[in-house]
Amino acid sequence: MIDRRGFCKKALLIAGGLAIPISALEIFDPKNLLAEKDDQGKVRWAFLVDTYNCVGCGFCVKACKVENEVPLDANVTRTWVERYILTRAGVPYIDSPKGARDGFTGKKISLGEEGVIEIRDEDISKAFFVPKLCNQCDNPPCVQVCPVGATYQTADGVVLVDRDWCIGCGYCIMGCPYGVRFFHPVYHVAEKCNFCYHRITKEMKSACVDACPFGARRIGNLRDPNDPVTKIIMSERVAVLKEEYGTKPQVFYLGLSREVR
Amino acid sequence: MKSHVWRPLYIVLGIIGLLLIGQLFLVPDDFGVWERGYMYGWHRKGNEADWKAFKVKYRTAAYCKDCHEDKYNDLRQSPHAAIMCENCHGPGLTHPEDPPTLTIERRRELCIRCHSRLPYQASGRGAIRGINPATHYPEAECVMCHYPHNPKREAKR
Repeated sequence: MIDRRGFCKKALLIAGGLAIPISALEIFDPKNLLAEKDDQGKVRWAFLVDTYNCVGCGFCVKACKVENEVPLDANVTRTWVERYILTRAGVPYIDSPKGARDGFTGKKISLGEEGVIEIRDEDISKAFFVPKLCNQCDNPPCVQVCPVGATYQTADGVVLVDRDWCIGCGYCIMGCPYGVRFFHPVYHVAEKCNFCYHRITKEMKSACVDACPFGARRIGNLRDPNDPVTKIIMSERVAVLKEEYGTKPQVFYLGLSREVR
Repeated sequence: MKSHVWRPLYIVLGIIGLLLIGQLFLVPDDFGVWERGYMYGWHRKGNEADWKAFKVKYRTAAYCKDCHEDKYNDLRQSPHAAIMCENCHGPGLTHPEDPPTLTIERRRELCIRCHSRLPYQASGRGAIRGINPATHYPEAECVMCHYPHNPKREAKR
């Protein structure tokens, strides 16, 4: 017969044993430790956006949607272009009708449900376009929150979504500070820009990079010091979006302005 | 000790055993912790190959050049040189097998992506020659007067 003391001892032992996660034992694998400390990969993809060159034609958005089979008429897109208009009074107007799939073809600014507004040319203090896409963060919060391991980072830094494994819980969509994730209207799983992983792994460039006539979008390998994109990122004044979140974004912007969020 | 004390324990152990057996069948062999560690690299390795096998649609000008050298050279010597063929002609896919003919975008909507005049000096758009689509021959297609492969020349048709 078990006495009270014995029962308490055994219960504590079992509870303590259950509290040790199996992953705690894995930390002591030196191979994993080394891989986490300084991964020796030869490729780390990074993106460079030159906002001075962007004219808001939207060819990148159209090419992206066709290349990656995101329905053209669905109001979701892996990449989009935002227009920023600042009036002389200091009021910012930001719009991106249909993600700029058809480009910016007029002066009317979409205010969503409040209709449109047109700013007179002489009232504009500055106006420019900012393309947005997945930042392929070094610390991707979207990957941390996935409960099933359906979204992950490859050795070359690209964050991918496993369509067969995604359960559609949407945590990653809420977790991304940049709002780049959405549900794919056909597959009903999380979807996002993956730098056209099928192209960059075939020595091609991302579809949006090829589609851009103005060189506003460029992709390169950060681990190659002779890569022209890497040279610009290392030597010019580049900025990233929402640096304060600590996500270490790998999409670098030339000519970013205070108003850009 | 009496068996009714141990019975719930056996049931719990049985359930754990069933879960482990189920996991053995349901989780693929290549599911595990890969290069980026437990936090970022916990995934099914085979999915990387799935994405790499995704079909390429846009083949870039290098693919068009061999058969359409005349058009390619026209374009290269024009102010439109930077525009990729497939931006207007649609994705090449495996043309000419599939599709045999591409769907060419000839509408005004294509041209005014850049040539609708927007005086935004902080971006490259301000430097592009443009028109007001509402007043510049609103009924006509651009290609009736302008040759898209080289806008410096007259329209061909």
